[in-house]
Amino acid sequence: MKAICVKDLKHNFNEKTVLDNINFDVNTGEIFGLLGPSGAGKTTLIHILTGQLKAASGSSFILGIPSTNMTGENYRQIGVMMDNFGLYERMSCYDNLKFYQMIDKNKNNKQDALKNKRMLDKNIETILNDVGLLDAKKTLVINLSKGMTNRLAFARAILRTPAILFLDEPTSGLDPTTVEAIHKMILAEKERGTTIFLTTHNMYEAEKLCDNIALLNNGKIIEYGTPFDICRRYNHQKKIDIHLKNGEDISLQHNRECGEQIKSYFLKDEIETIHSTEPNLETVFMELTGRKLER
Amino acid sequence: MNNHIQAILWKQLKDTIKNKAILIQFIMFPFMTIIMENAMNMEDMPEHFFVNLFGIMYVGMAPLTSIAAIIAEEKEKNTLRVLQMCNVRAVEYLIGNAIYIILICMTGSLVMGLTGGYSGIHLFRFMLIMFVGHICSFLLGATIGLVSKNQMTATSINVPVMMILSFLPMLSMFNETIKKFSKFLFSEQLYLLVNDLEQIKMTLETGIIMICNIILIIVIFLIIYKKNRISS
Repeated sequence: MKAICVKDLKHNFNEKTVLDNINFDVNTGEIFGLLGPSGAGKTTLIHILTGQLKAASGSSFILGIPSTNMTGENYRQIGVMMDNFGLYERMSCYDNLKFYQMIDKNKNNKQDALKNKRMLDKNIETILNDVGLLDAKKTLVINLSKGMTNRLAFARAILRTPAILFLDEPTSGLDPTTVEAIHKMILAEKERGTTIFLTTHNMYEAEKLCDNIALLNNGKIIEYGTPFDICRRYNHQKKIDIHLKNGEDISLQHNRECGEQIKSYFLKDEIETIHSTEPNLETVFMELTGRKLER
Repeated sequence: MNNHIQAILWKQLKDTIKNKAILIQFIMFPFMTIIMENAMNMEDMPEHFFVNLFGIMYVGMAPLTSIAAIIAEEKEKNTLRVLQMCNVRAVEYLIGNAIYIILICMTGSLVMGLTGGYSGIHLFRFMLIMFVGHICSFLLGATIGLVSKNQMTATSINVPVMMILSFLPMLSMFNETIKKFSKFLFSEQLYLLVNDLEQIKMTLETGIIMICNIILIIVIFLIIYKKNRISS
């Protein structure tokens, strides 16, 4: 079963079309990246998929359930980390998670009912430890740095061990160390089998984390596939760059002569490094839209 | 109790000490009552003057401003949206907050009643009047919270409503024209009732005005609630 399925989705705010004929599927257990500049419609799409907004037309399904018909039990299956976090500033990290755990507690579930306080506390502490916030568990959210707040928001999203995790620009505006920490947490969730829907305007993040991506521009998906396939599709130059041990750089076209030449360099042990020249996602996006991905 | 309501109640109780803006609303009037009842002792002053006056001001201000501020803040910080996605229904959210606010306001009212020397049936009547007032004020405040997109908007709507409810009963003592208008407010009617705890003479006029006020507040609340929903 597909984790997420979107068919002919359209949405507009007043007269402006923000999503136009969106179609894609997300397989269970994969990281799917929606890549596009600010204002492309990424957050609107998350709002629609999570049932916060009703699309003008088309349909979207989460674990086979139409996103417009999701009930409490369906919501238990998803975790959402949005741009604006939904954390209580005057409460500590621990209390924030405890509050959401109390909300999620299913009183009809005997297993849940039997869980004693110590077990719930341990669960919160384990998650805080996983996101590196155990030492700051008593710190009020208002006193956290942006990176720590992002990690806490991530912790809140995974608290209910969701089947699908929606992450809306989880590393936006963060320092490289925190970005790396969040990437590790995302990959750890994938290891657990969680399907992850990630929006980003950061091409490196998409290339590093995502199994499949869709490039979104002005509300339309302009490319879809694995990051490598997309880049290869737009490799018009078809060149190979070679850096020789004597410091010389050589650029060769893909053809029979090129093969012979490379062979001779190898036989003479002259090659230091060898590179193919596929464009990166940024270049592909530029070629398709004439605009940059970064904010 | 439903676990959503329980969680919201727990969250609000945790937040009380840290949320100074709301904490002041809860303790200001009981505190002022204690001070004034003990400090002022003039011969011509009616019995329980400060308790009754501040009690009605408490009704007009505390539940109204606190629930409006709570809802507006949750909207502004997008925590309401997250709660909605955790399947917390608007009714559960409002009940959780109502229990919290009414509970604290009734505690404040009890302090005021005891400070004023009420006991037995008089204290019971005083608390009953305060309870009706707190419910009306809570529903009005929730309505303001629903229509406000953020805390700033909530405050700008709150202030005039709060002043009308709290100050008109006091000003009506000095001005007959104001009295003609203020008698249509539930706070003025409660003020009249609280000033006559010995007999509680519920006249037809008082009854009609109170019922109309309560119905009007509930109707406005339901219309706004249906139109705006809690998280839109």
